[in-house]
Amino acid sequence: MKFKTFAAFVGPSVFMMLLFIAAPLVSVLIQSFQVTQPILEQVEVETCTPGFLTQTCVTEVKTVPVLDENGATVTETRWVGLQSYQNVLQMNKVWEAVGNGSWNDIMQIDFWKALRFTLTFTLLTLPLVIGVGLAIALAVNNATRAIRGPVIFISLLPFIITPVIGALSIYWLFVGDGILTAMLERWTGTNISMFAQGWTIEILMYFFQVWHVAPFAFVIFYAGLQTVNMDTLESAVIDGASRWERLRHVIVPHLMPLIIFIALIHLMDTYRAFEVIVGFRSQAHVISLQWLTYDFMTPDDAGNRAISRASASAMLTMIGIVFLLILPLRRTWRDHKGSAH
Amino acid sequence: MSTSKAMQQSFALRFSSGAFLAFWCLLAAFPIFWIAIMSFKSPVDAFAASPWDVITGPATRANGDGLSILDIVLGLCVLYFAVRWAFTRLPELVRHYCPPGIIALGWIFGALIYAIGFVLIFFGLLPLILGPLNGLLGPLGTPVLGLTTEHYVAVWAENEFYRNFLNSMLVTAGVVTVSLTVGTLAGYGLARSGSDLAFWLLILALIFRALPHSVLVAGYLPVFINSSEILAPIFGEGAPTLYGQPWAVIAVLVAINQPFTIWMLRSFFQNIPAELDEAARVDGCSHFQAFRRVIMPVMWPGVITTGLFSFLLGYNDFLVTSLLLDAQNQTMVPAIAGYFNRETTTTDQVEAVAAAVSITAPLFLLVMIFQRQIVSGLTAGAVKG
Repeated sequence: MKFKTFAAFVGPSVFMMLLFIAAPLVSVLIQSFQVTQPILEQVEVETCTPGFLTQTCVTEVKTVPVLDENGATVTETRWVGLQSYQNVLQMNKVWEAVGNGSWNDIMQIDFWKALRFTLTFTLLTLPLVIGVGLAIALAVNNATRAIRGPVIFISLLPFIITPVIGALSIYWLFVGDGILTAMLERWTGTNISMFAQGWTIEILMYFFQVWHVAPFAFVIFYAGLQTVNMDTLESAVIDGASRWERLRHVIVPHLMPLIIFIALIHLMDTYRAFEVIVGFRSQAHVISLQWLTYDFMTPDDAGNRAISRASASAMLTMIGIVFLLILPLRRTWRDHKGSAH
Repeated sequence: MSTSKAMQQSFALRFSSGAFLAFWCLLAAFPIFWIAIMSFKSPVDAFAASPWDVITGPATRANGDGLSILDIVLGLCVLYFAVRWAFTRLPELVRHYCPPGIIALGWIFGALIYAIGFVLIFFGLLPLILGPLNGLLGPLGTPVLGLTTEHYVAVWAENEFYRNFLNSMLVTAGVVTVSLTVGTLAGYGLARSGSDLAFWLLILALIFRALPHSVLVAGYLPVFINSSEILAPIFGEGAPTLYGQPWAVIAVLVAINQPFTIWMLRSFFQNIPAELDEAARVDGCSHFQAFRRVIMPVMWPGVITTGLFSFLLGYNDFLVTSLLLDAQNQTMVPAIAGYFNRETTTTDQVEAVAAAVSITAPLFLLVMIFQRQIVSGLTAGAVKG
């Protein structure tokens, strides 16, 4: 295929990606070093109130925004260097807390709180998703052919459902007087409120994430299991390998590329944790990095959006994903080079 | 299938594997199933402490809303025949009356007519017949199962959820069409070109796929809000404000979806033998003609699968639509967040549940019809890497 034809085929797609993915990245990077504020000026205002004999007049200096001829506020954009990053990271407080040796003080700062949750959320659910997915795949592979279709159908439901709705459906089971909270209370005989403290919410979130992503791992592992070499398996049996040894030494190595693929996708998608915060309404206790950026971007009570702080936190989020993906990507790269030569 | 004796499993193993599977199915379906039940009950029943009360709904029945045994039996019969008819007669009719070129359009049309007919019979005709019948039959006609549709009426009619529904449909239809058009071209180009450039484009797309969406939205937001000023030198007075425009959101979602789309379509195109378009090229087709006349007719499975995943992305999105659209043209998923703020009484809560079920129902149908395509789409990317 000539370069010209290739460019004609790929052009529209590359153009869209450059315009809507690469360009915003650059603009976020620039915004994170800038602050846009309304220009303020100090005006001397004389206010007079009617009084007996003479008016009572008070002169005071007020700070008011400058208006242009249309009555809109004039804004100015200044370069502030790393100021926005400092506002998000709050390093001085962090060093103070490190000096005191107080972990809780660091966790009072939104960014570090979000970072802690996002990382534990991503890394803790990863082995769970792979384990549960593999277990379901093995069990379905064991089952009789007739029930496989319906089981796959039911398994796809948690995966396909809108994440916010999925989180909400679990939230409603445990909220205040939800059915499962009532059941737990009957069993334990104590009063339980799942959404009053951080750690119970987090447990539910981990459960939701595994529930939501495990079907994806299951479907891929199930497809991989169909291609396991039966001869190798049988010779392993003849060599006296137990069921567990066959799983460890034949099946898992066969599925290894799939495990890495799932790990890669899972890291990318779970690092974006956001819907789960919205669905569980946990912003008072637990927040994630994407939610932090979202929160900066939503207008506050005065209608202002903290764009520069949002950009700074977005850039920091991006640095995080780079670190997280370096390991799996390096491995894929080596595999690619290994297979090429 | 005959398994050798050595590979046969002990009863205990088979039993525990079956039990695990049953447990997983229960776990997977329960939350969705349960909110579906809750949405049909009065608030007292929906948040009752005993599961049995939630299912039978005594308080709902006391309000006079419920189904008698006759209702249930007849309703199930109609449902059974409707489903059977959809799978046997409907495909024949579509094939019979539809001109061969536009079979996809014919299916959409047929499904629409079927859906309207079903709603008319099930919710229009059936209650009309059953009303007097229940009165005649005495004990068989008294309600035994509490069930009310008032929350759905409240959500769809009073809260005008259909507006959000229409917006959702507009955005998802736009996302699916545009991203498939742009994506198939790129996927074909990437699959047929072995150049280094193609490899690096794919790696770049993979990196773009990893970006959290909030990073991108932070880039759009200020530009979109001020776009009429920024674009004024180019378009003059009529420069549009992109914020709150559905088509701007469609463009954004298409771009976000593009890396995934081209990866998936590329792996589908690689399955189509290159000899096919080479033969067409020998016969004197240009690359575009070969693509249009030879590849397009055989690539439908891949396009349908990729379209499904594009649909899911557009339909399920919360972050982009909630930040870039304003309240007037909000889509369904962010609109549900509006219920959180009002959710003070239990009636509001059950209405939110009904809205959530309304959002899930189309997805449920989607899995039912396209299960095979979804599974093949999930595995296509993975197995071939």
